[in-house]
Amino acid sequence: MSILGIPILSLVIFLPLTGVAALLLVGRNQGALARGIALAVTGLTFLASLPMYFAYDAAMGGFQMVEQMDWIPAWGAQYFLGADGVSMLLVLLTTLLTFLSVLAAWNENRHTREFMIAVLLLEVGMTGVFLALDVFLFYVFWEVMLFPMYFIIGVWGSDRRLYAAMKFVVYTMAASVLMLVAILFMYYLNFQSTGHSSFNLLEWYHLKVPFPAQYWLFAAFALAFAVKVPMFPFHTWLPDAHVEAPTAGSVILAGVLLKMGTYGFYRFAMPMFPDAVLMALPVLMGLAVAAILYGALVCMVQPDMKKLVAYSSVSHMGFVMLGLFALNTQGVQGSMIQMLNHGVSTGALFLLVGMIYERRHTKAIAEFGGLMGPMPVYATVFLVVVLSSIGLPGLNGFVGEYLILLGAYGVNPWGAGVSALAVVLAAIYLLWMYQRVFFGLVTKAVNQKLADLTLREMAVLAPLLVLIVWMGVYPKPFLDKMKPSVDQFIASQAGAKPAVPESPAAKPESVKPGVSLR
Amino acid sequence: MTFQITQTDLQTILPELILFGMGMLVLVVELFRRPGASTLPQALVALLGISASGYGAYLQLGLDLKGFSGEVIADDYAAVFKMVFAATAFLTVLISTRYLADRKMDFGEYYALLLFAVGGMMVMASALDLLMVFVGLEILSISSYILCGMLRHDVKSNESAMKYFLLGAFATGFLLYGMAMIYGATGTIHIREIGMALTNPDTFANPLVWFGMALLLVGFGFKLSIVPFHMWTPDVYEGAPTAVTAFLSAGPKAAGFAALIRLLVEALGAMRGEWSQVLWVLAALTMTLGNVVAIQQNNIKRMLAYSSIAHAGYILAALVVSTSEGLGAVVFYTLAYTLMNMGIFAVLILASGPDKERVTFDDFKGFGYVSPAVGLATLVFVLSLIGIPLTGGFVGKFQIFKAVVEQGYIWLAVIGVVNSVVSVYYYLRILVVFYMTPPQGEPAPKPVFHPGLAAAILVSAVGVLYLGILPSAWLELSSRSVSVLLAGF
Repeated sequence: MSILGIPILSLVIFLPLTGVAALLLVGRNQGALARGIALAVTGLTFLASLPMYFAYDAAMGGFQMVEQMDWIPAWGAQYFLGADGVSMLLVLLTTLLTFLSVLAAWNENRHTREFMIAVLLLEVGMTGVFLALDVFLFYVFWEVMLFPMYFIIGVWGSDRRLYAAMKFVVYTMAASVLMLVAILFMYYLNFQSTGHSSFNLLEWYHLKVPFPAQYWLFAAFALAFAVKVPMFPFHTWLPDAHVEAPTAGSVILAGVLLKMGTYGFYRFAMPMFPDAVLMALPVLMGLAVAAILYGALVCMVQPDMKKLVAYSSVSHMGFVMLGLFALNTQGVQGSMIQMLNHGVSTGALFLLVGMIYERRHTKAIAEFGGLMGPMPVYATVFLVVVLSSIGLPGLNGFVGEYLILLGAYGVNPWGAGVSALAVVLAAIYLLWMYQRVFFGLVTKAVNQKLADLTLREMAVLAPLLVLIVWMGVYPKPFLDKMKPSVDQFIASQAGAKPAVPESPAAKPESVKPGVSLR
Repeated sequence: MTFQITQTDLQTILPELILFGMGMLVLVVELFRRPGASTLPQALVALLGISASGYGAYLQLGLDLKGFSGEVIADDYAAVFKMVFAATAFLTVLISTRYLADRKMDFGEYYALLLFAVGGMMVMASALDLLMVFVGLEILSISSYILCGMLRHDVKSNESAMKYFLLGAFATGFLLYGMAMIYGATGTIHIREIGMALTNPDTFANPLVWFGMALLLVGFGFKLSIVPFHMWTPDVYEGAPTAVTAFLSAGPKAAGFAALIRLLVEALGAMRGEWSQVLWVLAALTMTLGNVVAIQQNNIKRMLAYSSIAHAGYILAALVVSTSEGLGAVVFYTLAYTLMNMGIFAVLILASGPDKERVTFDDFKGFGYVSPAVGLATLVFVLSLIGIPLTGGFVGKFQIFKAVVEQGYIWLAVIGVVNSVVSVYYYLRILVVFYMTPPQGEPAPKPVFHPGLAAAILVSAVGVLYLGILPSAWLELSSRSVSVLLAGF
């Protein structure tokens, strides 16, 4: 299906390639031109992805805008794309954040052309991962996307960039090659039971995978995604990668790449192996809660703003996993909306940290203090984003975390209770950081003359602020778009569905008018 | 009995004939070269011969001819390998011309030897009896020994040739012993007749056959640098002229695999259960050792030597499951590996000048920005060597592991993919020096354009991407080509 005869998904995925082609023709010293091209192309890609939102018919559900043709007939590998409510929104998040990252990287003047090429290729890989419904195609995008990010960290990162970049690649690849073996095994099982070769995910959904193979296969898939999320204890690459990456890299890494892990669970690992999920549920939930608490506790002692935000990602992504593993409507829906929230809020936090880093070339909290005076606008924006990240009602973070805790409470009250603690901890570490950076007197003379946000920087942050408020006050449109897909996901876990008690969880509307689950 | 050569005989070995004939022609042209003049005419004659021979091989597709009383065969399998060999030789000539001039080893004999070597490789692919395998192997080996020592005034090159010769001769001994024993047990040297003879339980139980098989594997193990018979490889590859190293790491190995597969499947197919277990272990050892030791290297040529050992390990994994899937993967991978390997060597040669050979990692600091186009091509080759999607290296590996998993060898596949991750570390060092480490002091100068090298790099890069993005045509051809081997099963 397509819009006005245009295969919209292919357009969104491959439009950035036109930018790459154009950039290859740009001379090496024409940084401004390279920036312009990249900005225009990512902007166009965002605009091109917008119709997806309107074209996706939530009443119909399922996969829409599907494109399907043969790619490697000998293997049965197809070029098979389609969007459901969740992946459609994740693609929008991707195209938006990529566009904003290019705008935020306006002052990146070391090898600008190459930088922009890397960002554009990354965008191709990311949208491809979210839209591929053929497992082979998915794996192709999944691996290809790794290398632009490797370059972004390795070339444009700070001092320990080589170490961080290598760690990022080796960690991710080590986990995903095991998934490759699992994919091959699934392919073989599918061939055995249906008699024809296919990597079609929708066919694989119907496969009854025998035990104990199912357990191993799930483990392989889950490991690949768990490293990406990253789930505790596979998170150690993340702080390194984030701290060393340039701002645009961090934004995309936190905003989009981490979502691939949770998306992978949602799209591949869990629906394919529901019985294994049920068996592993206690472990997975335990790890999610551990990540939530561990991330939050480590945040408390971070002297570096960027590292603090990085660890807060571990905690927040733990929430996403917790909601997913609750396997009920509230939990999964909360988890999906939290993916978007985290992309917006943490993306904004990294942008803000990047902006102050550009001015002072340090991210150490102790270097600042009293910034409220010289940079009032910056301080205000920062406050809004921090509050959204904490989960203040009325801002986006609240909706997701609330739904997740609600869903998790229905299944595992203890887990939910302990996780709720992390919300308090988040308030402590973020507000404490905010206090040390912005309140009081200006302690360092250099900070006295810091310039406030420029027009460009405001333009970068404005769309995110709008989203933060919009998704906090009126998340219904987003929830509505995702509802059928979430229901489908839960149905796929039917065998593994734990009982949901008719507790307060059933009537969330009465608690907060803004949140509607229908 | 009169010995008569028929037209069919000649048609069967047409590509070989062209190569040997043109090799002679190169020598004749060389006679008329004035001292100090360029060897460009010889190179052009060689290119012409290789193209004609490759075309000849292409014409042999779909045939099933046996020549010289069944000693050689022209089938799809041989034809496809011959085409790959022609591609290897073509790229080798392209990357050689400037290198020879720079290193002052600009002799026409180089091209003649190269053509003979490739002719030997082709004989190996089409040999249908043990003696022909041996003849082909020796033509190839002796030519390669000389090629390795072409840098006459360079100690390392001499060492390389000597080592290669001694160990090669040693390996040849093993091989001959093995062949003799198999002949002793079965009473024939014809590959398919051996296969027939082994269906007889008495012959099958004869210990001579088993010793013979073991010795054959050892002999081929040396030639293919399979662990634990790989010791010579790094030294030979490091010392040989770079263009020769490029050829050695792709060509002779492919030929060795071509002959080995035919032997294992058509002659020793009855013992498949046994040799596949041996190969399982060898494959695991070979890829692991190759990858792990490659990490330690600072010389790119040496690193690539270990990497070629590792890649031989992946190919062996496909041999473990000699299904049409697996063997098809070997054929596919051979071409993909040839292209990416030739490409990266072409970059090494391009970056070197008459004054200095650039072969260590440190020589390439910041090179990606000095020459963006070459950097981009190198990126493609490196990603393909790692096995990242959209490159031929990935499709090849994917096909190999697919075949391996389908036969239930999950652990072999796991060892293989984990090895790919290990290889990430040292392959990425190339990209690290190219893009991520600023040069200390003088950066590498911008390479001087050379049409041959540029063409080789371009062809390799485009080929690698083509095999990665649209692999269907070559996949189908490669699996069709091996079906003739497996018809007997």
